[in-house]
Amino acid sequence: MMNAAGFPLLSLITWLPLVGGAVILSIRGDEETVAVNARWTALWTSLIVLALSLVLWVKFDPREAGFQFNESLAWLPHYRIAYKMGVDGISVLFVLLSTVLTPICILASWDAIQTKVREYMLSFLILETMMVGMFCATDFVVFYMFFEAVLIPMYLIIGIWGGPRRVYAAVKFFLFTLTGSVLMLLALIAMWLQAGTTDIAVLMETRFPVGMQTWLFFALFASFAVKVPMWPFHTWLPDAHVEAPTAGSVILAGVLLKMGAYGFIRFSIPMLPDAAQHYAPVIWTLSVVAVVYTSLVAFAQEDMKKLIAYSSVAHMGVVTIGLFTFNEQGIQGALYQMLAHGVVSGALFLIVGVVYDRIHSREIARYGGLADRMPAYALLFMLFTMASVGLPGTAGFVGEFLVIVGALQVNFWLALLGGLGMILGAVYMLYLYRRVVFGTITKDDLKHILDLSPREWAVFAPLIVLTLWMGIYPSSFTGFFDESVAALVKHHHAAIASTVKLAQGMTH
Amino acid sequence: MNWTLALPEIVLAVLGMAILVFGVLRKTDSTQLATMFVIGAFLLTGLLVGTREAGFAFQGQFVADAFATFNKELILLGGSLALILSLDWNRSQGIARFEYPVLVLFATVGMLIMVSASNLMTLYLGLELQSLALYVLAAFARDNLRSSEAGLKYFVLSGLASGLLLYGISLVYGFSGTMDFQALHASLMKPAEAPAGLIVGVVFVLVGLAFKVSAVPFHMWTPDVYEGAPTPVTVFFATAPKVAAMALLLRVMGTSFAELVPAWQSLVVMMSIGSMALGALAAIGQSNIKRLMAYSSIGHMGYALIGLAVGSSDGVRGVLVYMAVYVLMTAGTFACILAMKRKGQPVENISDLSGLATNDPGLALALSVFMFSLAGIPLMAGFFAKLYIFLAAVKAGLWALAVIGVLASVIGAFYYIRVIKVMYFDAPAEAFDRRPPALSFVVAATGLFTAFFFLFPAPVVDAAELASRVLFR
Repeated sequence: MMNAAGFPLLSLITWLPLVGGAVILSIRGDEETVAVNARWTALWTSLIVLALSLVLWVKFDPREAGFQFNESLAWLPHYRIAYKMGVDGISVLFVLLSTVLTPICILASWDAIQTKVREYMLSFLILETMMVGMFCATDFVVFYMFFEAVLIPMYLIIGIWGGPRRVYAAVKFFLFTLTGSVLMLLALIAMWLQAGTTDIAVLMETRFPVGMQTWLFFALFASFAVKVPMWPFHTWLPDAHVEAPTAGSVILAGVLLKMGAYGFIRFSIPMLPDAAQHYAPVIWTLSVVAVVYTSLVAFAQEDMKKLIAYSSVAHMGVVTIGLFTFNEQGIQGALYQMLAHGVVSGALFLIVGVVYDRIHSREIARYGGLADRMPAYALLFMLFTMASVGLPGTAGFVGEFLVIVGALQVNFWLALLGGLGMILGAVYMLYLYRRVVFGTITKDDLKHILDLSPREWAVFAPLIVLTLWMGIYPSSFTGFFDESVAALVKHHHAAIASTVKLAQGMTH
Repeated sequence: MNWTLALPEIVLAVLGMAILVFGVLRKTDSTQLATMFVIGAFLLTGLLVGTREAGFAFQGQFVADAFATFNKELILLGGSLALILSLDWNRSQGIARFEYPVLVLFATVGMLIMVSASNLMTLYLGLELQSLALYVLAAFARDNLRSSEAGLKYFVLSGLASGLLLYGISLVYGFSGTMDFQALHASLMKPAEAPAGLIVGVVFVLVGLAFKVSAVPFHMWTPDVYEGAPTPVTVFFATAPKVAAMALLLRVMGTSFAELVPAWQSLVVMMSIGSMALGALAAIGQSNIKRLMAYSSIGHMGYALIGLAVGSSDGVRGVLVYMAVYVLMTAGTFACILAMKRKGQPVENISDLSGLATNDPGLALALSVFMFSLAGIPLMAGFFAKLYIFLAAVKAGLWALAVIGVLASVIGAFYYIRVIKVMYFDAPAEAFDRRPPALSFVVAATGLFTAFFFLFPAPVVDAAELASRVLFR
């Protein structure tokens, strides 16, 4: 079991947070001592994990399209299921996204969370294990376990530390995602029986009968569409976002939404090429509706978090458009948009969190004129707003641009309506910015509001760097997935061509 | 005649009588000692069961094989856990009498015989020995109205079910001329020629046994008996007898009537769907946690029945894994319920769990592990149980059953996560009394098993695989 790192790096990254969790569980003392120690343990654990994942960044060979850092351990040999880990160009950056966002979340909750700190930090570390494990899994059963187990810590995070309607939001989140997941389980079993294995690399090469593909596609769609979320399965998201604590929203928007899109690109597209091609117009339609409709809904929101939540649905609509164009630009754009959205929407939720921690309100009308008292805050807010809008030079631009280029190659209207999202995005984001930051201060408590603290600077610093870096020099990121995406696209078109040939052979 | 194959049952029965005599002759209270002895007897029997070789005894009326061994160990485990949990509770509730462990022992002997039955007569003998002891156990808190009601209700309905079973047996015997499972199997090699009366007999047998596993529509007794019986008895009811009855069902259907799968499959499918649906829907409105667990167990039997409906050894393997996981997570859940006591008085409402995460984080953590496991969320043992069941169902092409199954599990998840919601999201209520160490031990052991089953599923799955090869050959 050797790989590029010489030791099971991926397993270490995946399971190390749980070790930190065990340490947190063993802390003894009064509540204050436990809280302080839990925070520091969680922070250090997540930082060590981040450092380890940077090894991945350095050692990853971008010229290789297949899985790297492979690990395999017999688990249920009778059923040919093994604990298999590996990353390719598509998944490696999501591992990094998860490991970057986790310490940021822990730091962002430093003062905001004062009750049950031990449990909170434990939940976040468990969540990190599940997220990283999911992106590293190269066995469908292992993937499924992590994919669904994410529900447990997230349910608790929303339900325990959330806002006033947290119970409703948590239960809705849980049941929506679970419904999709269990249907995926059946698809998984069907694919398993058909292919005789659950190894993802083998499943990608397996040709499932075209009729079976349809059923499998919709079973997987049930799971991933809820997770993305695609219109009209998105209704859990605004509730979950509004009620979740700030850090919970960051992870939800930053990583959890990516799990659905990742599922599409890892399973639906390569394993079920005919069904994916055939039902692409359905996906396009739902995505375009998501882009236009949720942008308009976002414009009408009075709650800052809800607005950003709806904007997430719109941005993820762009992602699904890109994925189902089946060309390199589209898929690369979708991947880039996923990463950029992970950073930028995470940052925006943190931006809301900053003023929420001070004033305890997310109502847009409650604010105004913050630029006077919080110039640094206003500057950062501007940066992330621009990134969200997709201004060239920021992270948001590259992905949207590539997706539109990709979409133009398949359908003009798709590109036009998808591109409309950028314009509508500018409308609601700038409108939000104007109402919160500009104008004159009318509320008394805003007159004494404090600008960013050093801790908050530390939280934002990596996100600022990433946002600008991704905008200015995208090839340091696209370089990772160029080869894998090219292989995916080639694989897809070869599969479609062979089906067409088969069909012609039957008619002649 | 190789009577040594039945040595575990013989030894257990003899020890039971010895413990009974010991309890009667001893002047002072001997509950604790008797309980210890019975647990010891279970351990010894477990060892004996593990060392039996396969074969038939008593002119083919009794069979020892891998399937029997797997289920017997599981039954003995369930019985032991129930006994460990009963000790402190019975003392505090003033129902500590040495007859209690002895009754559990005799019920267990009955179950062991059921599992090893290879003849309809042996089957009935074992079943009745088990039932007689269980009637008394249900009514063990005899001064408590609800407990007496539970005992009586169980007695009347169970008597009815036994009657149906016996009628079915007589029909089967009348139309085939034999009660031996192997002979029945041999005589039914051509299912098309099976006489209609025999099919009717099979249906009656199925119904009688469905009552014992509390599958819909023969589940009516379950919530009342679960709620009324003293909680340690409920633990016992929910674990060992379910394993025994399910094993019996598998054995009868998987050997003697294995060729008649098309005839009884639709019946099992309907019972399975009914149980899953009722288990999921009826539990939503419950406020009493014991009733909730009753409906939950009905639902779980529905999932297990999917494995039987498949009618193959894959299905049997699924059922066996399911039952093993089910016994441990159920025993653990009930151990948590037994810890729900305020000032010595047991409380049973779900709302009494409010804020348990603040008062007793360890117990809350364990109970949430059990709840997530019962809901079938991955990394918990319950997920694997469902995985093997659905694997078998999909393999056999029973898509409708599989889809209904997974959707019912989502509905079921609603009430399981509601329990977690009460513990973690609600404001703390008054704390519970200190838990006795025996209880903490069971909670910790079963909790660790449930949470970390994913690390080493192979031993259980392999054993189930081995056991399942005996049936549906």
